[in-house]
Amino acid sequence: MKRLLILLLGAWLLVPQLSLAVQSEFDLDPEQEDRFRELTKELRCPKCQNQSIFDSHAGVAADLRREIIRQIREGKSNEEIVEYMVARYGDFVRYRPAFDGRTALLWIGPFVLMAVGAGVLVWQIRKRRRLADAASLDEAQRARVRALLNESEEGRP
Amino acid sequence: MMRFLLPAGVFAVLVALLWVGLGLNPRELPSPLIDKPAPAFERPTLADPSRTLSTEDMKGQVWLLNVWASWCASCRMEHPLFVELSRQGVVPIVGLNYKDRREDALAWLQQFGNPYAVVVTDEDGKVGIDYGVYGVPETYLIDRDGIVRYKQVGPVTREVLRDKILPLIEELKG
Repeated sequence: MKRLLILLLGAWLLVPQLSLAVQSEFDLDPEQEDRFRELTKELRCPKCQNQSIFDSHAGVAADLRREIIRQIREGKSNEEIVEYMVARYGDFVRYRPAFDGRTALLWIGPFVLMAVGAGVLVWQIRKRRRLADAASLDEAQRARVRALLNESEEGRP
Repeated sequence: MMRFLLPAGVFAVLVALLWVGLGLNPRELPSPLIDKPAPAFERPTLADPSRTLSTEDMKGQVWLLNVWASWCASCRMEHPLFVELSRQGVVPIVGLNYKDRREDALAWLQQFGNPYAVVVTDEDGKVGIDYGVYGVPETYLIDRDGIVRYKQVGPVTREVLRDKILPLIEELKG
């Protein structure tokens, strides 16, 4: 049991080394590697939709990773690479699509909804306050209420 | 009156949005290629790798580009439709054999029939990337000027062929 645990621990410690080995296979310098990581996490895999190209095991994600590495080595900028992907797979591949006419609703929508919500809230609070003010009694009315209440109290069996 | 109208209105808008939104297929990405020039390629043919076919060769005719592979199960589903279509000789169908092995592809065509005017190979998926292929099979309808007019992701069904592809072909040819 103990030996098994030690073995497992050893294997677990090896994991980061293994992934490093995979990375170095790409043959990128550390700065390029950072860019590769940044780009592949920023781009969405068209096949398994809620994974980035970095995470996905889909064949097309692997191809796109290879393509990104090739372009980084060629000296393409991040913008050029993202543009390349968008030209082929559409805005969909970007987790944060560029702001334009079609994506405006996506970007502004939540804020508009929030503003509408806040507006409704303020409106309701004001309305309630007005109702509360209207419902308050002056001294004479209060005295009458007390008198009425006492009266009914006395009237009880 | 306002008390009922306002929530009812909000509810109606919500229903409309959800009706449309949930009706969309999230797996179907709108292709940025529609109404744009089909990406150029020149690739070796499957039958004879020493010869090539390029998009330039297809200029002047309306044609279908069908991305398929022998490992792709749903390609078998749509395949009989293409065989039928090729018999009618409506448009030339060019096959793009995507990330496949030559012998597997040839055996597959032997078994299921070959509806393709030409099949070109794309072993490393490079042409696939240019076309934004993410799920095989995919089918592109390209017009005389080499403009992509329609893209089908996933198998072409009889309904898609009848309601979308064939009418569009008629229109483009006419």
